[in-house]
Amino acid sequence: MRARVHITLKPGVLDPQGKAIASTLARMGFEGVGEVRQGKYLELDLAETDPEVARARLDAMCARLLANTVIEDYTIDLAE
Amino acid sequence: MKAVIVVFPGSNCDRDVMVALEASAGRAPAMIWHDEATLPACDLIVLPGGFAHGDYLRVGAMAARSAAMADVVRRAEAGVPVLAICNGFQVATEAGLLPGALMRNAGLRFVCSWVSLRVDEAESPFTAGYEAGQVVRMPVAHHDGNYFADADTLARLEGEGLIAFRYVGADGERGEGANPNGSVADIAGILNPARTVLGLMPHPERAAEPALGGADGRAMFDHLVEALS
Repeated sequence: MRARVHITLKPGVLDPQGKAIASTLARMGFEGVGEVRQGKYLELDLAETDPEVARARLDAMCARLLANTVIEDYTIDLAE
Repeated sequence: MKAVIVVFPGSNCDRDVMVALEASAGRAPAMIWHDEATLPACDLIVLPGGFAHGDYLRVGAMAARSAAMADVVRRAEAGVPVLAICNGFQVATEAGLLPGALMRNAGLRFVCSWVSLRVDEAESPFTAGYEAGQVVRMPVAHHDGNYFADADTLARLEGEGLIAFRYVGADGERGEGANPNGSVADIAGILNPARTVLGLMPHPERAAEPALGGADGRAMFDHLVEALS
């Protein structure tokens, strides 16, 4: 089973890298881009076949290592 | 005073802080590799600067989950003082020894320079060698020193007098130009509520003797030896 984990900065946490990307896009002529927020994307191959068990384990992995929940949120997507 | 320095793959200030501690204590600290599950008995634990595990995933993230850090957390909970410098500060926040997080510098650049710091809290074994309000100079060298904590945490740090060092100008006053990394409330270093853990981005060990360009860091090591021997 393959899992996709997106990790993003919590709303309200400043993202200087996202700001730099937004200003570079504007400088390049890409108009109409508002706020840009940079995050992380991880793919994990899991031996587990039960989606509920897999989700619970991924939740623990995110809370304990993959994300820093002081500053980051995460979402988990499971593909069969 | 018996000190232990935890060395991670990618630590690069472990020997600097060893030299600084040995000069103050008269005995060499023990250097402990990160995969040791049990630290030797000690009066002080140091988490040194560097780029543990190449800063992969997040600064300090992997190091905070090492075997040695599990024992560091146990010792810290039992009251053993922990001095966490630069990358060590990042590891300490990731391990939950200190609140908040260190994020990418607001200016996005790696900052390597001498900065002025104001000692905002002199009541701790780390800072009692200074006067409250004293301005000291130490170097910073980091890409991720932008301290962040939520409003409740900040209010608690302020209210309990746990902000040990703030970035200031040479006149001791806070101001935008004095903050090298965008840290909230100009925070350069914080204490835990028991005042037994200090995390700071500046490097006292790189300001421990005049030949290094400044000796304001010496008082921290001297006072630790005095307080913990």
